[in-house]
Amino acid sequence: MASETGIGASVKRKEDARFITGAGNYTDDINAPGQTHAVFVRSPYARARINGIDTAAAAATDGVVAVFTGADLAADEIGDLPCGWLVKSKDGSDMVAPPHPPIATEAVNYVGEPYAVVIGETLEAARNGAEAVDADFEERPAVVDLATAASADQIHESVPNNQAYDWELGDKAATDAAFDGAHHVATVDIVNNRLIPNAIEPRAALGEYDAAAGTYTLHTTSQNPHLERLVLAAFVNVAPEARLRVISPDVGGGFGSKIFVYAEETAVIWAAGKVRRPVKWRAERSESFLADAHGRDHVTTAQLALDQNGKFLGLRVKTKANMGAYLSTFASSVPTYLYGTLMAGQYTTPAIYVEVQSLYTNTAPVDAYRGAGRPEATYVVERCVETAAREMGIDPAEIRRRNFIQPGDFPYDTPVALTYDTGDYEASLDKALGHIDYAGFGARRAASESAGKKRGIGFSCYIEACGLAPSQVAISLGAGVGLFEVGEVRVDVTGSVTVVTGSHSHGQSHETTFAQIISDKLGVPFENVTVLHGDTGRSDYALGTYGSRSLAVGGSAIIKATDKIIAKGKKIAAHILEAQEDQMDFADGTFTVVDSNQSITFGEVAFAAYVPQNYPLEELEPGLSEKAFYDPPNFTYPAGAHICEVEVDPDTGVVDIVDFVAVDDFGHVVNPMIVEGQVHGGLAQGIGQALLEHGVYDDAGQLLSGSYMDYTMPRADDLPSFTVDTTVTPCTHNPLGVKGCGEAGAIGSTAAVMNAVTDALGVASVPMPATPETVWRAASARGSSAEGAERGE
Amino acid sequence: MEITLTVNGAAKAVDVPDNALLVDVLRESLGLTGTHVGCDTSQCGACVVHMNGDAVKSCTVLAGQADGADVTTIEGIGNPDDLHPMQEAFRDNHALQCGFCTPGMIMSAIDLVQKGGGALDEAAVRDGLEGNLCRCTGYHNIVKAVLAAQSSM
Repeated sequence: MASETGIGASVKRKEDARFITGAGNYTDDINAPGQTHAVFVRSPYARARINGIDTAAAAATDGVVAVFTGADLAADEIGDLPCGWLVKSKDGSDMVAPPHPPIATEAVNYVGEPYAVVIGETLEAARNGAEAVDADFEERPAVVDLATAASADQIHESVPNNQAYDWELGDKAATDAAFDGAHHVATVDIVNNRLIPNAIEPRAALGEYDAAAGTYTLHTTSQNPHLERLVLAAFVNVAPEARLRVISPDVGGGFGSKIFVYAEETAVIWAAGKVRRPVKWRAERSESFLADAHGRDHVTTAQLALDQNGKFLGLRVKTKANMGAYLSTFASSVPTYLYGTLMAGQYTTPAIYVEVQSLYTNTAPVDAYRGAGRPEATYVVERCVETAAREMGIDPAEIRRRNFIQPGDFPYDTPVALTYDTGDYEASLDKALGHIDYAGFGARRAASESAGKKRGIGFSCYIEACGLAPSQVAISLGAGVGLFEVGEVRVDVTGSVTVVTGSHSHGQSHETTFAQIISDKLGVPFENVTVLHGDTGRSDYALGTYGSRSLAVGGSAIIKATDKIIAKGKKIAAHILEAQEDQMDFADGTFTVVDSNQSITFGEVAFAAYVPQNYPLEELEPGLSEKAFYDPPNFTYPAGAHICEVEVDPDTGVVDIVDFVAVDDFGHVVNPMIVEGQVHGGLAQGIGQALLEHGVYDDAGQLLSGSYMDYTMPRADDLPSFTVDTTVTPCTHNPLGVKGCGEAGAIGSTAAVMNAVTDALGVASVPMPATPETVWRAASARGSSAEGAERGE
Repeated sequence: MEITLTVNGAAKAVDVPDNALLVDVLRESLGLTGTHVGCDTSQCGACVVHMNGDAVKSCTVLAGQADGADVTTIEGIGNPDDLHPMQEAFRDNHALQCGFCTPGMIMSAIDLVQKGGGALDEAAVRDGLEGNLCRCTGYHNIVKAVLAAQSSM
């Protein structure tokens, strides 16, 4: 149905009315009668043994209700925070994960790790109590440098060489052979800088215990409340699932950092049971910097082998990935199955071999951050391709064309375990070249040069695997949970519709997009559809939101449930119209008997479902409410071409993005306005990584970039307006033909910016972030090796 | 300490600790949770309100400083049935996603337009919103919205 509110329409968002009037309902906006406040006492050291913790003075502080240490949690048999994805090393051995108690007991291993929690009548009382906690630390040398972590002091007793795993993917022999026969080998040494996610809403939790019922309710800032509940129940042992309800109300951005199960909400919900009063906590921004899971942080050497025509023959990648001090909830999967598997990019590279050594350091845990592995892979591939093009004197657009997987090649099996279902990479590139006016670049460069500036252009033709994930594939590769989604469509008596989705919206606009789908499929007015999410008490077990999966997986579950509604509706309509079920048609909100003038509206059927008359009850149940679980048969493969044009002032090192074009293929688009917004936000984060953002620890493991004064967030005056456009090859294996758009901007853009900056300067490499100082130094050191420039940071 | 102030046109008297912040008065004492705390350090702008006609970061204003002041919060500029032109522009231009920075962003944007004399261009809007962080939108649609509101306000 092509309507103003159906699929394909830029419908204004249902969510906005509350957000623009200050009526949002975020965790910190919720208060419970009699609530107490929690303050976490955090390690000032990157690495220290805890010889003792004296809580007496804290407990005696005015207004302090209780002080708990890790020993108290352990005494209550509260378990460690687990990692949910088992990765195996080359030799077949399991990854090695150190114990991760929510509150440190014997040692602290990163600055900001909590070692006590103080519960106060007021926030101020809790803060005063926290000041009075006296711990006896024995400081030990911190392991901070990723490149040398494997040979540094052993951090955890149970983890030799500080190594989580040493993983490989691909055919080593075939790749070696490809390099043996190569005409040219392009080599890049790159550091993928550590990022700190920084959702503007800090993490928060409100834990409540109902002693009479024995039930717990946790309001928290989670992207996936069911996962939170599962971990807290099954692994951490707070309470059985049936007696624990997790609610994620409005959540102010996540970007991956709110997927994970953290120490703080664990302690808050447990403590609520101990003090028998509600316990509330909201992170201060400094806590967000210290204790939210960080992102990226790789050191990589990669080589691309080419024949004399610039055709890719083989790719070799060797990466060290920083896990931080402990293995966060999905940390192990990010630099492996979300990274190595993407190394084919959009290209026919026949032989690929990837090695990843994941190492522990005395820094905050690192886990998925917008794109999660795929931006890192894109950065490797697209820096290699650009480098090869320059070294061989081939136009960067042309070298990509020569290597694209062609539309006729799908389904396409890559040498790194994925099967791409569809795509048309040249179509996106051509459109992007048109938008940026590639033909006119030479003249623009000349104009810049005559003004004393250096202009550069950079490409990034990325691919991502989204719609996470086929459970069968994920579980066979080590996932500890299935990755399907649930959707429920409840038709009300009067024909309005309530949708309950397991996906969680924290900016993605599910309340609007999912209502458009329902409106389109059932012919129900958009305003009569309400979408509910974010509450384990409302939906069946669900996996929540990550990996650009909500529409492709959660939306497909809703479609599946909608199909059941239509099938049930046909039965009811056939009963009322005294026709055969297989004679019923449904379109535009009306059930019709084929080849007749007999029809009945969806609303009439809904009413009849709940006011059943003469129902043959053995064949036809009353009611019109259906649920479906959808497990995707494959990943989806959004892909696109991003082109960045920069102008650099060589005297100051300031990089000005003069144009940025993103042409993405997300398959069918339900709401173009929302999709464009998702791309804009991703671009800002990708550009932020390239030019501004850097999580930096000093040699002692102190976080130097621990505030908004030190960690450069992209601000309005740092960014340009973007040109975004789409091409469409529908996903072949989900009912909407959609692929997912949430991460693309962050995945594609970083490499485009860095390719543009290096092009402008005429240097092989510039380390990220390309700050004015870095760019100025690179410009001054022009001609030095790529390795020198990266390592010189 | 007891302070009196006018909030969204209504006179209020609240008894707060000496070290209380204006944002605490609004959120905790008056229940106006539309004003958000994103950073505690006056860097993010989620807490921006208007005080005596100027945009201020309410996490960096002591309650005592607001004694006698005229304060307007996001709750005071419009409602779903009668939106302020800036609120309308944010909705129409999809200038918000998660919504957390939005109240502060809208309050800053109104101040910017009111003082801009109708002469703001894209660069001036970007410069003027430099004190408000948004992690979702990349600012693209926020800039569009503010320019649109400049015409409609």
